[in-house]
Amino acid sequence: MQGVENTATARAPADDRQGRELARPTAGEMAFEERRRRRFEILRRTLETRLVGTSLVILAVVIVSALAADIISPHDPAYQDYSKLVQGPSLAHPLGTDDIGRDVLSRIIHGARVSLQVGIIAVGIAVTLGVTLGLVSGYAGGWVDNLVMRVVDAVQAFPALILALAITASLGPSARNAMIAIGFVSIPAMARLTRGQTLTVRETEYVAAAHVIGASSIRIMTRHILPNVTAPIIVQSTLLIAAAIITEASLSFLGVGVQPPTPSWGGMLRTGSQYLESAPWIAFAPGFAIFVTVLAFNLVGDGLRSALDPRLRTRR
Amino acid sequence: MREYALRRLVTMVPVLFIISIISFSLLFLLPGDPALTMLGEDVGDEETYQNLRKELGLDEPIWVQYGYWLGRTLQGDLGTSIRTREPVSDILLSRLPVTLYYGFAGLALGATLGITVAVISALKPGSKIDAFGTLLAMGGVAIPSFWLALLLMYVFSLMLGWLPPSGYISPFKDPTASAKLLIMPAIVLGTGSSAVIMRQGRSALLEVLAQDYITTARSRGLSERLVVWRHALKNAMVPVITILGLQIGNLVNGAVITETVFGIPGVGRTTVDAIFFRDFPVLQGAVLMLTIAVLLANLLTDLAYGYVDPRIRYR
Repeated sequence: MQGVENTATARAPADDRQGRELARPTAGEMAFEERRRRRFEILRRTLETRLVGTSLVILAVVIVSALAADIISPHDPAYQDYSKLVQGPSLAHPLGTDDIGRDVLSRIIHGARVSLQVGIIAVGIAVTLGVTLGLVSGYAGGWVDNLVMRVVDAVQAFPALILALAITASLGPSARNAMIAIGFVSIPAMARLTRGQTLTVRETEYVAAAHVIGASSIRIMTRHILPNVTAPIIVQSTLLIAAAIITEASLSFLGVGVQPPTPSWGGMLRTGSQYLESAPWIAFAPGFAIFVTVLAFNLVGDGLRSALDPRLRTRR
Repeated sequence: MREYALRRLVTMVPVLFIISIISFSLLFLLPGDPALTMLGEDVGDEETYQNLRKELGLDEPIWVQYGYWLGRTLQGDLGTSIRTREPVSDILLSRLPVTLYYGFAGLALGATLGITVAVISALKPGSKIDAFGTLLAMGGVAIPSFWLALLLMYVFSLMLGWLPPSGYISPFKDPTASAKLLIMPAIVLGTGSSAVIMRQGRSALLEVLAQDYITTARSRGLSERLVVWRHALKNAMVPVITILGLQIGNLVNGAVITETVFGIPGVGRTTVDAIFFRDFPVLQGAVLMLTIAVLLANLLTDLAYGYVDPRIRYR
C-alpha cells in the first residue's frame, strides 16, 4: 500500500479536498505568537525544498540582471562591432556575438529587464482587474456573477496566445501593447480563482458579523474578504508571471512583441533561428534564459502553494 | 444523456455571443479608420477604399455594423482576404486539415507519453521513471516551444541529418516523407501536453489506488494487474479526459509556433502571415474559427466525460 502515503504528498487539485479534513481552529482563535510561528514555518518550508531554494537564487540573478543591467553587462547591448560579426563564444564575448556584432551575453542581461517588466506589469493588470471582478462577482452573486462569469468563460475560450497575438497585432506591435494583451488574456484565471475563494469566505461568520454591524459591501470586500483570499492570489500570480514571460517571448519571437533594437529574449531567438546552422549560440542562450526563468517562477509558485496550503486550511 | 448534451449546448450560447463581440471588437483596436489601416499602402485606389468601407459598414452605427457582421458570419461568410481577394472561409478551410493532422499527432504523442509515464510513476513512486516523470512535468511546461523546436532542428536536422528541417508534404502524396516531417513538430506540440497529462494522471491514479474498493479488490485476491487495469485505471482516466480536452487550446497556441518554425502551411501560419500582411479579415476569421474549434472540442470532452461518468450528467 505505497499509494496511501503518496497521495498526501502528491500536489494536485486532488489533495486540496483531503486537506479540509484537517481543519483547525479559525484565524481569530489563533494567538499572536502562534501566527508568528506559522509565518516562520511558511518561510522555512519554502526554503527547505532545495529546488525552490535554487529557483529563488535563479530569480535573484534574473532580477539583479534586470535592475543592474547597465552596470554588470560587459558590453553595450546595442554596440555593433563590425569586426566581430557572428563570432562564437570567446573570453571577450562569453556567449559570442550576433549577426551585427553585438555581445549576446550583454543582450541576455538586458533582455531580463524586458521579460520581467512585461511579465510583472501584465500580471499586475490581470491581478487588478481579475481580483476586482472575482471579488464583486463572488460577493454579489446573482445576475452580476452570471454576467461576469460568462464574459470570463468567453475570454478564456480564446486560445491565449492567439488572442494576445491578435490584440497586439491590432494595437500595433510594441512592448506596451504586448503587456496590455497578455494582461487581458490573464484576467480570467485571476477572476475565476478570486471568485471561487470569495464564495467560500463569504459564508464565514466574520463576514456575517461585519454585515450585521453595518459594514458596507465595499468595506466587507476590501477589508474582510480580500485579506483572506490573498494567499492563493500570490501563488497564482507567480505562476502567471511565468506564463506571461513565455507569451511575451512567443510574441517577440513571432515579431509582434518587443521591437528591435530593444534586446528581448524572444526577439533574440527570432534572429537566432535564422542563423541556426552557422551560429547556434545566438538561439541557444536566450532560449535557455527563458527556460530557466520560467522554470524558477513555476517552482517558486508551487513551493509557495504547498507552504501556504496549511494556513489556507485553517482559514476555512 | 440527450438532456445533458442539450443543457451543455444551451450554456454555450451566451459564451458564443460574447466571443463574437470580442472578435468583432478586434477591428476597433486598429488605430484610426479601420478601412484605411486595412488597406495600408494601397490606399491610392479611392474605389477600393469606398467599397471596403461599405463592406465593413463603417458609415453605420456600431451595433448595426455588428449586426451585419454577425449576420454574415453566421452564414459562414468571414469576408474577403485583402491580400489574395479569396473568401476568408475558403482560405481557412483549406489550411485546417494540415493543422488538424499535426494537432492530432501532437496530442496522440502527448497523451501516450503522458499516460504511460503517469501509470508507471504512480505504480512505482520513487523509481527512475517517476523521477523522469517529475522532470518531464516541470521541464515540459517551462520549455518555450519555439526553443525546443530550434533545439530539435539543430540536433536532428543540422547535426545528425536524420530529419528534414522544415516543410510540408501531404500524407496522401508521400506517407514516408510526410511522417518524417511530422516527427519534430509533433514532439514540440506534444511536450507541453504530456507534462500536464502526466502530472494529473499520476495524482488521479494515486488517489484511486488509495480508495476502499481497491483494497477490497486486493483482499479478494485479485491479481495486481487486474486491480490496476480493471479497477484503478478506468476510474483514474476520467479526470484525464478533461485534461486532454483542455489541451486543445494549448495545441492551437502551439500550432502558431510550430507552423511558423517548421514552415507548415496550416491555420496557425496563416494567422501569423495575416498579421504581417495586415490582412485583417483573415486574422479576425482565424481567431474566431480557432476559438470556436476549441470550444467545440471542450464541448465534446464534456459530453465524453458525461458519457464515461454518469454522475456528471445528473448534476
